[in-house]
Amino acid sequence: MTRRFQRCITAGLLTLSLAAPGALAGSRILATGGATPIEGGGGGGITPWALITGYGSSGETGISAFATRVDVRDFRLDSAGLAVGWNDRLEASFARQALDVQPLDVTLKQDVFGLKARVAGRLLYTAMPQVSVGLQHKRNRSFDVPAALGAADDSGTDLYVSAAKLWFAALFDRNLFANVTLRRTEANEIGLLGFDAAGEDASLVAEGTLAVFLDDRWVIGYEYRQKPDHLDAVTENDWQDLFVAYFPSKRVSLVAARAMLDEIAGLPDQDGWYLSIQATL
Amino acid sequence: MTKTILLITALLATGCASQRPADDLYRDLGGDEGVTRIVDAFLVHLAEDELVVDTFADTDIAEFRRLMIEQLCDLSGGPCTYGGRTMAESHAGMGVTPAMFNALVADFIDAMDDAGVPQGAQNRLLGRLAPMYGDIVEG
Repeated sequence: MTRRFQRCITAGLLTLSLAAPGALAGSRILATGGATPIEGGGGGGITPWALITGYGSSGETGISAFATRVDVRDFRLDSAGLAVGWNDRLEASFARQALDVQPLDVTLKQDVFGLKARVAGRLLYTAMPQVSVGLQHKRNRSFDVPAALGAADDSGTDLYVSAAKLWFAALFDRNLFANVTLRRTEANEIGLLGFDAAGEDASLVAEGTLAVFLDDRWVIGYEYRQKPDHLDAVTENDWQDLFVAYFPSKRVSLVAARAMLDEIAGLPDQDGWYLSIQATL
Repeated sequence: MTKTILLITALLATGCASQRPADDLYRDLGGDEGVTRIVDAFLVHLAEDELVVDTFADTDIAEFRRLMIEQLCDLSGGPCTYGGRTMAESHAGMGVTPAMFNALVADFIDAMDDAGVPQGAQNRLLGRLAPMYGDIVEG
């Protein structure tokens, strides 16, 4: 069911990306809707941004769909979903994840429902960074393994605040972008290993993105995601990636990255690649 | 991570410290000829932009063109002094929405592309224009 949903999204994406450009795209500037992180909504690869998905500005609606594959040494994560942005103010998102644990021949599944609201600032135009608050409600759909490792709950809700800013011509006359996210979470391995281990409180973690626009269409950057380490049975590490993003039009974007996920569920050195496609209406 | 941040801070500091001539951006835009080319291309894109074209229905286009060339010259460090009304005064009551402002920025970027303005100069000029958002957009 998970994989069928993802195949459906991917097929839809390819169709959309081949469709002729129309008048539907919103009026915001190219690339300012961001890409889509593995948990859905507007953001980078592994962290949400303060940006509202799509290109909708005042009085406009933006819709985005994405499919992502992360392939590291012992794991393969597929994530796909949809998001809607209204008025450059509100965002609702859905993502469905499936993580193959190849040595155990097990697949861990999770759904993520997201909401985000921009509360201050405009990425390009105000001295004040664009600030948004959001939540990600996560439902683990394969709780046997997380329960065996000591997770107490099969669902949890992350709360976060994000601030994003673009500085024009800041680095060798190129535009510099940064986003910082603070997250309150009880999730183990973003929820794929369940929530709320015994005796542990929620953690406050920091996530960051630093990127340079080489031109209007090509962006390179680095992301860091601090993660809690609540389960006694297995070690959880922070995640990092180095990415290249390409926005050929307001219709479609592609992100390729080197993913550096360290140790997951007792399996060390989880490095590999990340590939994501997003279509926007 | 710390090293990366230090390196970028150092690069930013160096960028701020380097002394550029005051009219450096004006020259990179191509001087009077270049600025005129940008404004003329901008007017073409405005005329084709359904979201904003009606806003200019009562505008004296020749005067708008003259003032915008003067303003870009002034803003980029050229030998001009902008003599028009402030952005807040000239846009008061026009009801410019965020969507319309974004559309104007996109038209302006297209105009700079048409005029062959290099990426670095585009970014620097946009950086000087972007703060006008608060004076131009209502609400």
